[in-house]
Amino acid sequence: MIRKVRTHINQNEPLLFERSSPGKKAYQLPPLDVPPVDPAAALGAENVRREIAGFPEVSEVEIIRHFTRLSTWNYAIDLGVYPLGSCTMKYNPRVNEHVARIEGLAQAHPYQPEQLAQGAMRIQVCLEELLAEITGMDAVTLQPAAGAHGELTGILLARALLESRGNARKKVLIPDSAHGTNPATAAIAGYQVESIASNAEGMVDLAELERHLDGDVAALMVTNPNTLGIFERDIARVSGLLHSRGALLYMDGANMNALAGLARPGDFGIDVMHLNLHKTFSTPHGGGGPGGGPVAVKREFEPFLPVPRIARDNGRLHYDYDRPQSIGRVRAFYGNFGVLVRALAYILAHGGEGLRNATLDAVLNANYVRKHLEGCYDLPYPSPSLHECVFSDARQAARGVRTGDIAKRLIDYGFHPYTVSFPLIVQGALMIEPTETEDKRELDLLIDALRSIAAEARQDPELVRTAPHNTRVKRVDEVAAARKPVVRWKPG
Amino acid sequence: MYPEDFRYTKEHEWIKVEGDTGVVGITDYAQKELGDIVYVDLPNVGAKLVAGKTMGSVESVKAVSDIYSPASGEVIEVNNELAEKPESLNEDPHGSAWLVKIRLSDRAELDGLLTAAAYQEYISAETGH
Amino acid sequence: MRYLPKSDSERREMLASMGLDSIEDLFSHLPEELRLKRPLQIPPGKSEYEIIEYFRERAAENANGYSSFLGAGAYYHFRPVIIDSLISRGEFLTAYTPYQPEISQGTLASIFEFQTMICQLTGMDVANASMYDGSTALPEAVMMACRITGRDRAVVARSVHPEYREVHRTYARHQGLPVDEAPYEKQTGSVDLGRLAALVNEQTAAVVVQSPNFFGVVEPVQKAARIAHEKGALLIVMFTEAVSLGLLQPPADADIVAGELQSFAISPSYGGPYVGILAAKEKYIRQMPGRLVGQTVDKEGNRAFCLTLATREQHIRREKATSNICTNQALIALMATIFMSVYGKQGLRELAEQNLAKARYLAGALEARGSKPRFSGPFFNEFVVQCGERNPADINRRLLERKIIGGLEMGRFYPELSDCMLLCATETTKRVEIDRLAEHF
Repeated sequence: MIRKVRTHINQNEPLLFERSSPGKKAYQLPPLDVPPVDPAAALGAENVRREIAGFPEVSEVEIIRHFTRLSTWNYAIDLGVYPLGSCTMKYNPRVNEHVARIEGLAQAHPYQPEQLAQGAMRIQVCLEELLAEITGMDAVTLQPAAGAHGELTGILLARALLESRGNARKKVLIPDSAHGTNPATAAIAGYQVESIASNAEGMVDLAELERHLDGDVAALMVTNPNTLGIFERDIARVSGLLHSRGALLYMDGANMNALAGLARPGDFGIDVMHLNLHKTFSTPHGGGGPGGGPVAVKREFEPFLPVPRIARDNGRLHYDYDRPQSIGRVRAFYGNFGVLVRALAYILAHGGEGLRNATLDAVLNANYVRKHLEGCYDLPYPSPSLHECVFSDARQAARGVRTGDIAKRLIDYGFHPYTVSFPLIVQGALMIEPTETEDKRELDLLIDALRSIAAEARQDPELVRTAPHNTRVKRVDEVAAARKPVVRWKPG
Repeated sequence: MYPEDFRYTKEHEWIKVEGDTGVVGITDYAQKELGDIVYVDLPNVGAKLVAGKTMGSVESVKAVSDIYSPASGEVIEVNNELAEKPESLNEDPHGSAWLVKIRLSDRAELDGLLTAAAYQEYISAETGH
Repeated sequence: MRYLPKSDSERREMLASMGLDSIEDLFSHLPEELRLKRPLQIPPGKSEYEIIEYFRERAAENANGYSSFLGAGAYYHFRPVIIDSLISRGEFLTAYTPYQPEISQGTLASIFEFQTMICQLTGMDVANASMYDGSTALPEAVMMACRITGRDRAVVARSVHPEYREVHRTYARHQGLPVDEAPYEKQTGSVDLGRLAALVNEQTAAVVVQSPNFFGVVEPVQKAARIAHEKGALLIVMFTEAVSLGLLQPPADADIVAGELQSFAISPSYGGPYVGILAAKEKYIRQMPGRLVGQTVDKEGNRAFCLTLATREQHIRREKATSNICTNQALIALMATIFMSVYGKQGLRELAEQNLAKARYLAGALEARGSKPRFSGPFFNEFVVQCGERNPADINRRLLERKIIGGLEMGRFYPELSDCMLLCATETTKRVEIDRLAEHF
């Protein structure tokens, strides 16, 4: 019985180009208060374009209708839970949107004189300090634009430190449960990737690690808790082992939502890590970004951090570009400042105790869901879960129903699917992370929905296999999209 | 199911020897595992292949699989139809959807490959059917 | 904490249903020695009013009420109000990446529109769903050219934004991708084509120019294309001022176009979040990094959009991916899409013409006072001015006293131009402000 949603008419809407009609306009510029200039004369006729062929011409009302209608075709956190594992889709506080738009912040130019940018610089310093405290690390860079960008920065920092010690080494070890960005990042950083198998509990296998750990290993990239939501209880030993061979321990901070206020990576042996501001720190996903991927490091990495750093000089803040050992810049300017503002607002709103309570609730919610689904879905790893839990579709697969189908059927029940088929070490994975900003009612609806689908998989597998049934758009032909890619509109 | 005159690899490629050339493809098992194939990346004519090393890849929507050459040699022909119709690899993997033809450089390598019966046994063991 | 939507009695109920007494039971498996044994040293959670107050105070410590003539990669433009009205809708703001197309058609359709408009603007055939920003789009474009050509060298014009070149160096160093820099012509300010040609050879994967370049000067893109293509290299054309595309010939001879769309999307925001673009010729589509939205049908034959060619990406290809990029800049790209639809075909042109006029007026006003443009090449909305014997820093100091933020002191990036300043004027720059700047320059 589907309780969370009911069908409703929603508007059709063509593409902007299909609405477009010559002469329609939505803009009005102030009159030019200086003499007009003939473009061909000023730039050379060969440099001037004739027109922007195919570009739309629509009115303001149509634009409002167009995008409003499009928005009604989306699911969003504001509509309900996203139980996506390792994505931490939590509430995006609106006060964060408000403060990011305050004029003195939104209108600040990155090159404006430092004495007129002290506020922006103080925001960055404050956030760096708070993130260092939360992670138990010594220094933080806010430059990276997203998690993967932070990973690259982190691995480059590891390389720089090792180089300064005489040998950058050649390989990075990555658990087979890792997120795809980890090996992709290591490759871009110029390292070979070696996968290490997890143990029967889904954790880093110490014996395996020892087997792989030779003088060519620069670092191990871990996620803690790992992508199964399980805390790596041997993490300190892992760290010790790596350090004894001169290697480093990198942590993917995607799962910080299980740790904030309870345990700090810097305290359990992490050397360098990144954070995802658009996960743990509530900055909005916006359909796929922007994000923020700060990197936190132990003090021995400090000289290598991306340039510039902010330094204090008689109470005044200034940018220090004189950093000869720095790995360089990883992007222009200073970071996704607007995202940093939002993350800082989030931390200020919570305070130390609030962050800890958020973590407790995140873990409570995940375990509540796990407990009430354990009867219906196969649990491949019985170790205790923290903020996320992973099931497999083993029981349903016997009836030809796979995790992807269950996910699509969950859409009919009014939810966004969980993470499908990841981590790869679980055959047919269902990875669920509710986050702390879900109330009991929403969780109960989610549990009921998944239990109902498990029953459907037994009694009416075809219904599940052909889902979704109630959406505006039914199962999308992704095969056709890949065989003959059409990635832009064309007239006619 | 699996043609007797082909030889097979454990990575699910086949090779049919015709004189001093070999026709190379992927097996029915491979195409089933991949699902709907959307793209095939093949080497160019003239490329030198090495037995056991990657020679290209085949993609479905959600996965990519490397193709390993069953034998060493030079590519003398590439099946250009696959660019237009990658789905033929799902339809006829042992026939019209061959991948490349190579001029073999070391026929002795073929001795290490599996016969149809051995390959059938291998995949039964892998999958349990 | 007001964002936590459970009451204590609900928590107790949940724990009871799990057979547990307290939340702490859920953590008993964490090794004691690894736990944080003290509270975080962060002040108690603030109320909404205190948070707003905190940021207002920080904002007050930045420039307020100043005229600004800064450009150099971040530009001031009028931003249609409906951008925020629309992107603030929760269905856009708080939506996830559109991996589940059936419930993400809003995001997917708008990205498809974005991709289309970028192609129309740049003269390319395919464009991705965005990069982090212009500066990171550059190394991604170069790495793409390396994959396509199988070569590893890049020749980058020195007139490309200095911070972009720095970012590229950071990426290139670890990929073993040698970079040569081609100087600019002292007279015109555009790339020295002769020296460029001398640096391009059969190992060159990519030739990179920016147009308009960092000096605001329009580059001879067609000639650069010939030089690159003669040796089998690809031409990458960058841009930092998207408004220029409203007026300038699109770089259709390029193989890859990469750049910064901040001008269409968001106010300077102290450097981010911005939105990068990457576009290319059709045949290179499978080598593109980043997300791509494609058109298809659902099983009932309705048009639908979905992410496609995902096998290029990190979550499938892992270490062999075209990039490690995962999150991009979707919301900012949506802002740009709305901006572009507000201005439309005619409006972008008019907007660009206003920018041109303002910058020429500024140049004229300064020239009348004895400060001439440093370069003879045609410029769009920014240009380099020679300050003569006067120190640009002194000029800026004087201007600041009158609440004017002057141009970028060029000595910061180009020691040979330390007597120069880069000034920008856009449609937002009022004539009276230009007159005041000229008066006190």
